[in-house]
Amino acid sequence: MNLAYRDIRHNLLRFVMTCVGLSLLLGIEIMITGVYGGLIDEALRQARAANADLWVIQPGTNGPFAESSRIPGDTREMVARTYGIERAGAVTYQSVQTTLEGVPLRLYIIGYELNRPGGPDHLVAGRDIMRKRYEMIVDQSAGLALGQEVPLGTHGHKYTIVGMTRNNTTSAGDPVGYLTLRDAQNLQFELAPPSERREVARGGALQTNDQINAVIAKVSPHVPRDEIAAALSRWKHLTTLTQEQQENLLSTFVIEKSRKQMGLVMVLLVIVSTVIISLIVYTMTMDKLRSIATLKLIGAPDRTIVGLIVQQALSLGLVGFFAGLTLVLVFLPYFPRRLVLEPASIAVVFVITVVMCLAASVLGVRLAMKVDPASALAG
Amino acid sequence: MADPVEPALVEIENLSKHFGEGETRVDALRGVSLQVFPGQIVGLLGASGSGKTTLLNCVGCILEPNGGRMTLDGDVVYDDRWLRSDLRRLRLEKVGFIFQFHNLLPFLNCADNVGLVLQLAGFGAAAARARAIELLDYFEVGRHKDRMPAQLSGGEAQRVAIARALANRPRIILADEPTASLDSHRAGIVMDLLRKIAVEQHAAIIAVTHDEKIFGRFDEVFHLRDGQLDADAAGGRRFEPTDMQTSARHDRAEC
Ligand SMILES: Nc1ncnc2c1ncn2[C@@H]1O[C@H](COP(=O)(O)OP(=O)(O)OP(=O)(O)O)[C@@H](O)[C@H]1O
Ligand SMILES: [Mg+2]
Repeated sequence: MNLAYRDIRHNLLRFVMTCVGLSLLLGIEIMITGVYGGLIDEALRQARAANADLWVIQPGTNGPFAESSRIPGDTREMVARTYGIERAGAVTYQSVQTTLEGVPLRLYIIGYELNRPGGPDHLVAGRDIMRKRYEMIVDQSAGLALGQEVPLGTHGHKYTIVGMTRNNTTSAGDPVGYLTLRDAQNLQFELAPPSERREVARGGALQTNDQINAVIAKVSPHVPRDEIAAALSRWKHLTTLTQEQQENLLSTFVIEKSRKQMGLVMVLLVIVSTVIISLIVYTMTMDKLRSIATLKLIGAPDRTIVGLIVQQALSLGLVGFFAGLTLVLVFLPYFPRRLVLEPASIAVVFVITVVMCLAASVLGVRLAMKVDPASALAG
Repeated sequence: MADPVEPALVEIENLSKHFGEGETRVDALRGVSLQVFPGQIVGLLGASGSGKTTLLNCVGCILEPNGGRMTLDGDVVYDDRWLRSDLRRLRLEKVGFIFQFHNLLPFLNCADNVGLVLQLAGFGAAAARARAIELLDYFEVGRHKDRMPAQLSGGEAQRVAIARALANRPRIILADEPTASLDSHRAGIVMDLLRKIAVEQHAAIIAVTHDEKIFGRFDEVFHLRDGQLDADAAGGRRFEPTDMQTSARHDRAEC
């Protein structure tokens, strides 16, 4: 017969209450890994959403997301002609802010060439951009409606929302908007009307807007990517990153800091949880001292007694863990931040929980080992 | 009745035990010697604080004496120090305890309280339960087998505890005021039971008591006074040790 289980059943209410408390603690730990997973996901989402194999960017920069990268607008044609490249598309990235009925709205604008790589992957409503000017696809999180017109840029041109994406935000949480490359270039490089008039008056030619931030390329599956990247690197005014390099750059530079912060919070939480579980196990053992003394008296070996304590600690941890996981899953949709729960990180929290419970049993086990069997006889 | 040629089950020679040191030192046992033979029920009497419980705890290997020699069922277990490292196993196999308060595990029902010691001794779960219920029936508490200890009266709980103490057929049974929480009728039943076990299982039973009603039921009575046995008690033994004791000791050296 399992003594741990019998004792739990005998004191079921207390066990359940303890598990509820513990589940909150472990739920927070799971949540933190979810927030962290969400951060990585968001940081990489822009790079992943582009669905690229290769990124052609300005040399000496870390790509269009980590810093600014500017290359000539005709780069796309050069890249497209390279052996092994199947498709290529020029893209621009920029943040814009506008005001809609007095409420500020920040958008992260991606300019792309229609029917080339770089555009939105999957629409949840509306249609693709079809006209070369003044149409926009935007993420649902911007809170805009199909058909709504949004003024952007110093000229205040209005852009009509024609399509919607979902879960397409920057790591800062700004919704992503897609424009045609031409619109985006104008938005990025256009001068405010007074400056423009001054330039014209000065007799200066209007500066060309034909710059882009990167070229996204899809490669043939039959040609090794490294080979293509090497071929592209011959042009001294360009640098090529594979998608993998791009993701590594983003995860090292962009999220290194949050990784440390969350790691710290996680370590503190684990310490706090271990202390709390230790105290719970200790008091549970305290309450059973007489039974433990009796067990020793009637000849139960140490392993029976250690088993009783360790199994109870583990049951607490496991029930708390799964209850916490359920809580997180149930409340996931109401969470203000997007959580990404990777099975691997949930497994890590699970292993941490088991280790915490084992560590927390030490105190209780030591107490139980010290119990004098004669104390069972004291009236 | 006991067979006079059998060796003593419990043999204590010059056992001493003290608590504390210096000013606070209490000599609970000072050179106690006694023997209990199979089939014998002996009573341990004495004023409060005379050392009865201490003696019982030493015999049960719960308390380490400070000197002397102790032989249980042919095994020298103590000779100025413990000679066995697995005292708990020894208790499981050879010693049954009956306490003044029942000491049942509160989180197990009656059948499992008894079954547990059987399982610890190697019985399978089903066999342990069957034998536990058999024992409970024997002590007329079989109908309470699925009740928790808290749901029993004092006398019922005591009988369950006795069933537990006897489950592994221990040859040495130590009872500390087993009838103190029972009325005289119940006390009589318990004493009859102990007698039956002593006879049937050839067990040696040492029972501490203050209860004058049951004095007459002992084969022999030892009086403790300030940690020493009264002289008259020492002379009142019915059985003398024989040479077989020595050979029995060798026979059982491995177990
Ligand atoms: N753990 C202990 N520490 C210190 N002194 C103890 C301890 N146990 C017993 N004593 C002392 O040893 C003496 C003998 O105690 P013991 O419990 O054997 O008496 P007893 O004969 O069983 O008494 P009672 O009839 O009241 O149960 C007493 O003076 C008691 O105070
Ligand atoms: Mg006593």
